[in-house]
Amino acid sequence: MIRFDHVFKRYPNGREALSDLSVELGSGEIAFLTGHSGAGKSSLLKLIALIERPSRGQLIVNGQNVGAVPRSKIPAYRRQIGVVFQDHKLLHDRTIFDNVALPLIIAGVGTKEIGRRVRASLDQVGLLGRELSRPLELSTGEQQRVGIARAVVSKPPILIADEPTGNLDPDLSLEVMSIFRRFNEVGVTVLIASHDLYLLEQFPVRRIRLEGGRIVESAAGTERFLDPASLMERH
Amino acid sequence: MGAWITRHLQTLVGALGRLAQHKLATLLTTLVIGIALALPACLHLVIVNAQIATGNWNRAVDMSVYLKIPTSVDELRRVAERLRQRRDVADVEVLTADDALKEFRRDSGFGPAIDALTSNPLPHSLVLHPKAEYATAAHMEELARDIRELPSVEIVQLDTAWVNRLQAILEAVRRAVILTAAFLAIGVMAIVGNTIRLDIQNRRAEIEVTKLVGGSDAFVRRPFLYSGVWYGIGGALIAWILTAIVVGALRDPISRIAGLYGSGFRIAGLGVDPTLILLGSGVVLGWLGSYIAANRHLRQIEPS
Repeated sequence: MIRFDHVFKRYPNGREALSDLSVELGSGEIAFLTGHSGAGKSSLLKLIALIERPSRGQLIVNGQNVGAVPRSKIPAYRRQIGVVFQDHKLLHDRTIFDNVALPLIIAGVGTKEIGRRVRASLDQVGLLGRELSRPLELSTGEQQRVGIARAVVSKPPILIADEPTGNLDPDLSLEVMSIFRRFNEVGVTVLIASHDLYLLEQFPVRRIRLEGGRIVESAAGTERFLDPASLMERH
Repeated sequence: MGAWITRHLQTLVGALGRLAQHKLATLLTTLVIGIALALPACLHLVIVNAQIATGNWNRAVDMSVYLKIPTSVDELRRVAERLRQRRDVADVEVLTADDALKEFRRDSGFGPAIDALTSNPLPHSLVLHPKAEYATAAHMEELARDIRELPSVEIVQLDTAWVNRLQAILEAVRRAVILTAAFLAIGVMAIVGNTIRLDIQNRRAEIEVTKLVGGSDAFVRRPFLYSGVWYGIGGALIAWILTAIVVGALRDPISRIAGLYGSGFRIAGLGVDPTLILLGSGVVLGWLGSYIAANRHLRQIEPS
């Protein structure tokens, strides 16, 4: 599903963010991408989302060589990837419904179908009934859930998240993680960049640890997910 | 297809709604576009009304033929009939000396003086209207030469010089209008383009997010294109209103001036066709200005 094959990423200022990186994430797999700030987590996610291209090496996503995707095909490529951001990146002058509907509108989905799928997505993240609210009327955790609903509304096979719990308290972090887990359970490949040690401890899934743009650890998960409710109780 | 049309309509209405959110800025931009479009529209009206005021070109190259004194009315009618046979003549009006005197008495205001005349000093005359395809200055000169050779003809009066001068002036004005329109069209595109550029800068975050979730350049560009179209429509409407105000303000004074010269001329406003052209120009220029700006600036905005 996602395969990095000796990938390098060097920015125009000369900084090498990723160096000879080779790793594979199977279809339907879930993994944490960890490491200190500047380790290369965001760069790796940017390559997957085709915000950046590899300087060298090959990155294959859904069978496509990302480095060779022409500019005109980037939008179609990005529609296969759901992206969740730490700062949510919501459009504050639009309703929650409109924010979540955006990928579907872009994809040319019919109005009725958009309504159905947006409500289903909001239901999945526990925000059904808030369609007409504006992002700033919601709490930070709710805004993050809107971001997740938008990322999954078009049912992408891959979901990537860059520090999705960075601005959340531990309870909300667990809640957001449980949402990711539910998507993974229905076959979505999930890659979450995080340096939240508490979260990593609570969700012992595969960890890919970066340091200086190189993979220093790629450990498989050691235990199954615990029930999110019990996790919150433990916290 | 239905969804596609719905999306476009939503974007069209959404673009209008966005402009309505910034009423003053939108009004000012539209006003500038309107003034820029009104100028060539008013110059166009100058030409149209000059043409109406001077009559059509065929009448302007009519030829007056004066017969020798004395010539009989029968001879007058024979000459008229002979001229009607020519392929380059559309019609010949006959004016006897008596009719000419009556007309002169009526129109000149010298009635008592004319009554004092013991004999009619005026000759019989003909007014010759050429066919449109022969109404060129060169052909009219040739026709006049032929007519002068007729034995009963005294004078052939063909004054095409003023027509040529007026034609030259109007042609120069017409070219000035085209050039002015072209320059102002570039100006309108620049105004729309700059407004759209600022709008793009203000909506940078939204554009980034849209591209990030798979929005193509065409999708991101669409609302800006519709904004440009709305600016164009608004500008054209303002131009039409400004032109109507100018026509309304000048109608009475010009009618009075025309009345002083014995003419019933009334200044004409923009008809249906020029109005549609004005509207179409606004739409095209708005669309083009926004397209150029959006194409140029949207490519520079990519998710980071």
